[in-house]
Amino acid sequence: MSKLLEVKDLKVSFNTYNGEVHAVRGVTFDLNKGETLAIVGESGSGKSVTSNAIMRLLPEPHGFIKEGQILLEGVDLAKKTSKEMQKIRGKDISMVFQDPMSSLNPTMKIGYQIMEGLMKHQNMSKTEARKTALELLTLVGIPRPDVRINQYPHQFSGGMRQRVVVAIALACNPKILIADEPTTALDVTIQAQILELMKSIQQKTDSAIIFITHDLGVVANVADRVAVMYAGKIVEIGTVDDIFYNPKHPYTWGLIGSMPTLDSSDEELFAIPGSPPNMLTPPVGDAFAPRNHFALEIDTVMEPPMFKVSDTHYAATWLLHPDAPKIEPPAAVKHRMQGFAQTGTKGGGKR
Amino acid sequence: MDKNNLKNIPKDLFVPLVRKEDTSEKISAPSRTFFQDAKRTLFSNKPAVFSMILILFIIIMSIVGPWMNNYGSDEQDLKRAKMPPRVPAFENVSWLGMNGTLSGTFQGKDVQQASAKAKARFDNKEEFIDLEVINKGDGTRNSAEVKATYRIYEAKDMKDTYFWFGSDALGRDQWTRLWEGTRVSLIIAFVAALLDLVIGVSYGGISAFYGGRVDNIMQRIAEILVGIPNLVIILLMMLVLKPGIISIVIALSITGWIGMSRIVRGEVLKLKNQEFVLASRTLGTSNGTIIRKHLVPNISGIIIINTMFSVPGAIFFEAFLSFIGLGIVPPDASLGSLIDLGFDNLRLYPYMLVFPAIVISVLMIAFNIVGDGLRDAFDPKMHK
Amino acid sequence: MTRYLLRRVWYMLITLFIIATFSFFLMKILPGSPLQAEDKLTEEQKEIILEKYGLNDPIPVQYAKYLGGLVKGDLGVSFKFDNTPVTTILFDRIGPSALLGFQALVIGSILGILLGLMASIFRNSPIDFSSTIIAVIGTSIPSFVFAGLLQYVFAVKLGWFPVALWGTPAHTILPTIALAIHPMATAARFTRTEMVEVLHSNYIITARAKGVAESGIILKHGLRNALIPLITVLGPMAVGLMTGSMVIEQIFAIPGIGEQFVTSVMVNDYPTIMGTTLLFAFGFIVIILIIDLLYGLIDPRIRLAGGK
Ligand SMILES: Nc1ncnc2c1ncn2[C@@H]1O[C@H](COP(=O)(O)OP(=O)(O)OP(=O)(O)O)[C@@H](O)[C@H]1O
Ligand SMILES: [Mg+2]
Repeated sequence: MSKLLEVKDLKVSFNTYNGEVHAVRGVTFDLNKGETLAIVGESGSGKSVTSNAIMRLLPEPHGFIKEGQILLEGVDLAKKTSKEMQKIRGKDISMVFQDPMSSLNPTMKIGYQIMEGLMKHQNMSKTEARKTALELLTLVGIPRPDVRINQYPHQFSGGMRQRVVVAIALACNPKILIADEPTTALDVTIQAQILELMKSIQQKTDSAIIFITHDLGVVANVADRVAVMYAGKIVEIGTVDDIFYNPKHPYTWGLIGSMPTLDSSDEELFAIPGSPPNMLTPPVGDAFAPRNHFALEIDTVMEPPMFKVSDTHYAATWLLHPDAPKIEPPAAVKHRMQGFAQTGTKGGGKR
Repeated sequence: MDKNNLKNIPKDLFVPLVRKEDTSEKISAPSRTFFQDAKRTLFSNKPAVFSMILILFIIIMSIVGPWMNNYGSDEQDLKRAKMPPRVPAFENVSWLGMNGTLSGTFQGKDVQQASAKAKARFDNKEEFIDLEVINKGDGTRNSAEVKATYRIYEAKDMKDTYFWFGSDALGRDQWTRLWEGTRVSLIIAFVAALLDLVIGVSYGGISAFYGGRVDNIMQRIAEILVGIPNLVIILLMMLVLKPGIISIVIALSITGWIGMSRIVRGEVLKLKNQEFVLASRTLGTSNGTIIRKHLVPNISGIIIINTMFSVPGAIFFEAFLSFIGLGIVPPDASLGSLIDLGFDNLRLYPYMLVFPAIVISVLMIAFNIVGDGLRDAFDPKMHK
Repeated sequence: MTRYLLRRVWYMLITLFIIATFSFFLMKILPGSPLQAEDKLTEEQKEIILEKYGLNDPIPVQYAKYLGGLVKGDLGVSFKFDNTPVTTILFDRIGPSALLGFQALVIGSILGILLGLMASIFRNSPIDFSSTIIAVIGTSIPSFVFAGLLQYVFAVKLGWFPVALWGTPAHTILPTIALAIHPMATAARFTRTEMVEVLHSNYIITARAKGVAESGIILKHGLRNALIPLITVLGPMAVGLMTGSMVIEQIFAIPGIGEQFVTSVMVNDYPTIMGTTLLFAFGFIVIILIIDLLYGLIDPRIRLAGGK
């Protein structure tokens, strides 16, 4: 598989009244054609900032890429001018946002909002674009598209709107689709439908998806690979199987441990205490150490590098150092890992 | 970090961390109350602070200003009417226009004709008129130009008299009248704003707090009042009432409170159903305590902002009413009536308009800036 | 929609009826009468005059006649001004007022929107800064102060424009500017605030993510959404213009409704005062109605909700 997108040591900061917020502090990952990469992590870990940086949608000038490369098929997006980016956004990379209620222009017809990208990137005429928009609406499962195309967002329900947003994002057959918590604002049944929709569309169009969420359950369902983010860094990355059967980072344990399961009544949840660090003054050493049950002395001195677990699996924790004490994941986490193994990661990953 | 480095890490670092104290839960900044926060934001807003100082200065002047010289506000004396401003310290600074002279440029077909016009304009008191030829002229109409400066205080034998801001058409001291007028305008504005506040808060508060039928009836009444443009109500009221401070206050307050009552009602309704209020309700707290402990602190910000904006509104309306002859009428002074008189003499004695116009403009701008500052300070959305 | 319109018109009529009734009884308790000016009349002469004005009828009859007249657009007869019918007086004077108000509203809001737009695009730049200052000054300083300044500098001192009176387009320039400053400042301020808010909203990010060019973002997606709420301040703007027109017309001696009102106040001509007040009230209410309908027409969220 060839590398479609390579993000190398990406650092993003925001200048605020209180000083520089180091929102993303060196993120490296790559994305292959047709694959789905999930980025998980708790609120504020820098998931949205990373994806906005890839789209170059940071609130410039106070939010900016400080360092690093974003290579789309070898071309560095971080160096593009905003004019050049306009030609890439919506065509090569597009995005689906968290809140469908507010991500459509309330005073513009649905149809035109879909046609806009088509007319810009594919030089379509109005009639051609309209035809394609109708097809797209059908594709995303909106009944009676010929009527719907002339309606305004407020006439659509939340789930329908998210379908429209997906249609907008897919309009120009992008190579990469970034979905930033596309289902968080929707209720459970609608969530499942949207996920189903995205999966089926990916099979048809073969685009790669970066799927951002804090719901590990969703990840198991849709992703091929998973990147776990904490405090502006990727702390563990691997295939779905790596992360669910063999997690190495205590933070990943925490995430898995705090997942509710059907039979969780008899066992305690393995929750992560405390709250994430203040990104104004990122801590020395391992940012996770203050909340880590298994922290080592070295965590307060030095930041752990990415240790290789297998060819697909890397994690940034000193526990992987040969000199470190052997520590097993807590019981609650182990229990869940076994659970995944039995159900075959709910069939995720290997669709 | 390369492999070698990783090998060289001392082994004794790979032991479980012994925590000295739990730092993860420590609160980084001392928590401030909402009001302290708002105060800090307000006082770091330089234009707002400067405006507050200006307002304070004008208030003080409106109290002590009239006592700073010996003229009364109603001492008429036609012999000293329309004297230009004269301030001892500025007597040699002619561009300020406060050196007690009148000046003007006069045109004619030659210098002589222009000078004659100047003399005619300035009481024919040649020895007190300084002429300066600007343009000799070529004999055609209005080609010659002469600048004349008339030392009117000397001409009128009032060498030792100083009208700091000049005197008006009836010879009254403008300085005294200006500050007394400012005082009247400010009193009207503050009383009207206070009435809006009291009526509006009680009306809106009662309406929302009791809800149901009470709310329904009270809102119907307010709706009817809203439908009638307040300018019309104010004008009608002013026609019936005798012109004066009290009438203006009444006319302004008849409709002025509605805006406040709507805001208060909205806020109270919003708060009423919030958890913490519901919680203390369930605990059997009395209505009075709930109002005092929960509602008042939560809505006082918006009330203060609103009141701050109704002050300049009232200042404007007083001036407007006095200007069209329905407000304060001479011999009483207010900013509006002074401006009205100023317009009557604008062509020849612009200073009569300038000073009250400056004071009202400064007051209006300053109150609006302070209002904006308060809004920024109290609006939680702005605390980023 | 029709039902909504009918209901609104019905409310409008009720409000006008209340104002008319209120002003009729006010007129009755006010001391002014057509007799004041002509003190040296015999009893019979007075009787004739009172009869002519219908002032001898019992109050309820007068009230009924007054309302009947209103329906037909008859506002009574002036006590002064050669006993001209008030409707005629006002009709003759509505032209200049309407022209001034229209010019000021159009010029003021267009300039204001442009200013606010520039300020929101170049946020925290000198353009933004000066537009904020213009907005604060323009909303704060009363229009008659501006009028005085303009009149003194550009008419009295520089002589570029006529000092006062009415007739040529040149006569309208200074009063229009004086009247336009307030709407301009309001529009500038409002447009900036709305634009800044709109440009931060999620659908703007969606549009950016589609690759829409910056000009399209600002004009197609931003400005339209920012300007719809501007319609709501048109009402207060119109009120401000009517208030302003009274003083501005007085200052520039323009034969309009506002000047008529101030003159009538000075000579206690109550029928004219009441007629003018009613006309103002009518104007306000109609403008508010038009604005509400306009809002419904322009904002799809309201339009399609069936005009609730
Ligand atoms: N515009 C901004 N200005 C300043 N700081 C910002 C800005 N946007 C994000 N941040 C900071 O960057 C950090 C990462 O934010 P980000 O939105 O990427 O989190 P996230 O992982 O997407 O969280 P969530 O799951 O809540 O969406 C946070 O600490 C946040 O405070
Ligand atoms: Mg996010």
